[in-house]
Amino acid sequence: MSVLAYGVVAWLFLVGIYGVVTSRNLIHMVVCLSVAQSATDVLLLEIGYRTGGHAPVFVSLPTHPGPAVDAVMQALALTDVVVGAAVTALLLALVVQVHKRAGTLDPDALRATRD
Amino acid sequence: MSRRARLAFFAVAAAGLAVTLGVGLAGLPSFGSQLTAYARMLNELASPQRHVTDVVSAITFDYRGIDTLFEEFILLAAVAGISVLLRPLSDESRQLPEDKAPNRKIPPPSPAVWLLAVLLSSLLTLIGLETITHGVLTPGGGFQAGVILASAIYVIYLGTNYATVERFQPDPLLEASDGVGAFGYVVIGLLGLLAGDVFLSNVVGLGVTGNLIAGGTIPLLNLVVGVEVAGGFAILASEFLDQTAVIRTERR
Amino acid sequence: MSEAVIAVALVWVAASGTAVVLTRDPLRQAFVAGFFGLGLAFLYLSMQAGDVALSQIVVGAIALPLIVLLSLAKVRKGRE
Repeated sequence: MSVLAYGVVAWLFLVGIYGVVTSRNLIHMVVCLSVAQSATDVLLLEIGYRTGGHAPVFVSLPTHPGPAVDAVMQALALTDVVVGAAVTALLLALVVQVHKRAGTLDPDALRATRD
Repeated sequence: MSRRARLAFFAVAAAGLAVTLGVGLAGLPSFGSQLTAYARMLNELASPQRHVTDVVSAITFDYRGIDTLFEEFILLAAVAGISVLLRPLSDESRQLPEDKAPNRKIPPPSPAVWLLAVLLSSLLTLIGLETITHGVLTPGGGFQAGVILASAIYVIYLGTNYATVERFQPDPLLEASDGVGAFGYVVIGLLGLLAGDVFLSNVVGLGVTGNLIAGGTIPLLNLVVGVEVAGGFAILASEFLDQTAVIRTERR
Repeated sequence: MSEAVIAVALVWVAASGTAVVLTRDPLRQAFVAGFFGLGLAFLYLSMQAGDVALSQIVVGAIALPLIVLLSLAKVRKGRE
């Protein structure tokens, strides 16, 4: 189980970076970058997981069902997800403006403008 | 460098990264093992100390409140960056979409789609407000609810054409809410300083565990973060929408 | 039992992440990315993280597809 869990994190990150390197379309590249970013969120939550744990919400429970999972990691991952979307939007705004100037979305065809 | 050279370089670098990741991840404690002492302590202490039942909210807005302030400002900076990037450039102008044929108006949106959009928008606003206020009791809080409230505006965009949206879109209100939300967080933090304690300390009365208004400054911070995130995401979508519908390049 | 659910969610996430990268057309990729976001939300939920799952659902199903599709619309319009 540990191998699967941490292996998926490494796989997601490497696949995302592979997508960025071999991309032919800037919008495709930005979405691949967001895939690589979600790997870090998954790792944070995996570190904080406890087998048999319940969510860290302590509303009146009739019997104590065992330990709770790590709440600090969830707090870190929670803001990360929302802010990550905003930064992805910033990258897409850049892509839109690049397309207006260069006329193409192919990263290999871009070159320094206005020599 | 050429594409093949780049791919070869990437293959070597990825192999090195995979080995490093493998060694690093293998050194972690096995999946599902005992939590760290800090986490166990917070799970035990958060409920009695802050009178909230959702420990994640207490950590986000009280124990690690300063981190949330910085994250909020990252969001503010990203939205400001998008507004700057997507402004009309020197060879562009803003023109509302209009029909080129004379004596013809843009057809109004389909009534069924508009009804669905209005219903969904009201439902989403209610759900967003409910998530903000219940952030201290159950999973929820300012960040999630802010995006839900922004999506209430998105549904209006999707259900109608641009002319109606232009009339309805409260641009100054959205920008004001974005700024007020970010500023409000700092003001509530300063309340701690004014009361003689540290910045962002919980100085308002704590209330009874299990009530909606409990936890001192935590529901207040939930509210301002919700307002800020909603304003930010709504501005984001309206900038992109302006780009597609309104901003035209002048033909040379 | 919960371990099995987490294992299924992990495999779903890995498979759909690979699919997102291998889908080269941005329009189709937006849909696959929505599926990937759903898998992530399911994974977070099975690891008992309610707040993070709520964030992921809201962001991955609403905000991200919207801005990707709006960028695509702008780029396609500019090309015509």
